[in-house]
Amino acid sequence: MSTAATVAGPKRGWRNAGTWIGAIIVGAAAFCALFAPLLVPHDPFAQDLGKRLLVPFWMEGTDPQHLLGTDQLGRDYLARLIYGCRISMTIGVTVSIVSGLIGITMGILGGFMGGRVDDAVLFAITTRLSLPVVLVALAVVGLLGSSMTLLVLTLGLLLWDRFAVVARSTTMQVRNLDFVSAAWCAGCSRFRILTREVLPNIASHLVVVATLEIALAILLEAALSFLGLGVPPPLPSWGLMISEAKDYMFFSPWVIMIPGVALFVLVLGINLLGDGLRDAFGTRER
Amino acid sequence: MLQFIVRRLIVALLVAATVMVLAFILTRLSGDLATSIAGPGATAGDIVAIRKAYGLDRPVIVQFFDWVGRALTGDLGDSYFFKTRVASLIGERMPVTLTLGMTGLTIALLVSLPLGILAAVREGTGFDRAVQLVTVIGQAMPSFWLGLILMIVFGLQLGWLPTSGVDTWDGYIMPGVVLAFSSIPALTRLTRAGMIQAMASDYIRTARAKGLSRASILLKHALRNAAIPIVAIAAVQLGFMLGGSIVIEQVFALHGVGFLAWESIQKNDFPVVQSVVMVLAVIYVALTMVADLMNAVLDPRLRAG
Repeated sequence: MSTAATVAGPKRGWRNAGTWIGAIIVGAAAFCALFAPLLVPHDPFAQDLGKRLLVPFWMEGTDPQHLLGTDQLGRDYLARLIYGCRISMTIGVTVSIVSGLIGITMGILGGFMGGRVDDAVLFAITTRLSLPVVLVALAVVGLLGSSMTLLVLTLGLLLWDRFAVVARSTTMQVRNLDFVSAAWCAGCSRFRILTREVLPNIASHLVVVATLEIALAILLEAALSFLGLGVPPPLPSWGLMISEAKDYMFFSPWVIMIPGVALFVLVLGINLLGDGLRDAFGTRER
Repeated sequence: MLQFIVRRLIVALLVAATVMVLAFILTRLSGDLATSIAGPGATAGDIVAIRKAYGLDRPVIVQFFDWVGRALTGDLGDSYFFKTRVASLIGERMPVTLTLGMTGLTIALLVSLPLGILAAVREGTGFDRAVQLVTVIGQAMPSFWLGLILMIVFGLQLGWLPTSGVDTWDGYIMPGVVLAFSSIPALTRLTRAGMIQAMASDYIRTARAKGLSRASILLKHALRNAAIPIVAIAAVQLGFMLGGSIVIEQVFALHGVGFLAWESIQKNDFPVVQSVVMVLAVIYVALTMVADLMNAVLDPRLRAG
């Protein structure tokens, strides 16, 4: 939490450009995710072994039917890419909701109540940080079998720490301010004060954390799917696409370039948007 | 100071104990371990026999304390798949993971310290912006994908480095660079912020007034103060790297602890899985404790709090 104001960045204009680029990328990804079935030129699951590993449009010998070529089973790469965007966005947002609910509740309670409750929250955060996330997530999915729901719950249960840290520290700053005291005097219940007075005043910080967590969850999902213990095949997760194409990458490098670049650009866009929001809100948490 | 150390030690032990409970629960999530070890074709008799052979017929609480009791003496039980002691398995694989982690941390520090210092000195210039861009890009880079790209470029096309395995020292370069990439953004930002803060303080003005050279002011005075949080974060990053190396060990086929964990998860070899989770977590707890203690030694103000 310490890097404070000095990191806020040099020129505003440059930061603004970054924010806009981020917003455009995230907007496009959200559009693809929402309207995937209307956008795809082909069924992303339909195999055509006669058309395996067709090259994308910028290479010679391309098939105009398949702009980004096809994979090792002859499935249209553009269609899989668009559906993969839907998977990434769904996982990013839902994981962030699950982890947000856990982390924000813990952080606000710890920061507001102080004392023993806060000690317990701090201890939970310390313990959580000591667990290796990828390994624990792999073990859970490996033991229980892979599914989207399980993956979301597992990552949600593992990624709440930053929400808790930020909610806790910002609640501590807010809890002694006049409007909270006024609410106490007016006889409001503790629940009402937490939800109506504290939460809205720390919400902007939490939105920034949420963007970072969405990006992190998307990267983790891709890594887990790459290791074969994330989203189950034949779903076109970008991590899984890279994993399946790995055996062909030395001869056809584009098979891992396309999903990898998509993943990188989406995460970059979310981070740029998050940085922009942080500047816009004037919040200083990392 | 003594009180600080004792208190910090108690917290570390409590965290380690909690992690042991969690690692134990984790491997029992799938319900009946004997059934999953036996595999799909097993008869009811096989399952009973396995349950008895591995001591799974005992109450869970007894199994837990048995595991903890043995773990404290360094005995982590037997691997079901490798048919050998878990402790010696982890011991064999640990040097690869540790070497990888240290290589990654060294590369990360070699890149982020100069970048952070130069960005701070030239705050607001094009160089500073370029450094910020590098940190943003580093944050968004999927490590496993970067590993594959490096393999294609430096392994296949240029032929400079081996694409997998660590029979020679240069096998650690590519995985080390990939691992470093995940830590460079945080370390660079922290160095930059710390240096900017230090350069604005009174003692730097005094040093300037005394006519000290620029290098001496930067390295002897400013960096020494900026170093405190960097040391702490570097230790924590090493912990993250050891835990996160599982993906990179898999990409580069390095047979370290992460690779072992991945193999064991696939094989339902739960004594290995729970032990690796525990060992990595305990290493992390120890590293953060060392970082806190180093902080306290370097910065007397922290001891009071």
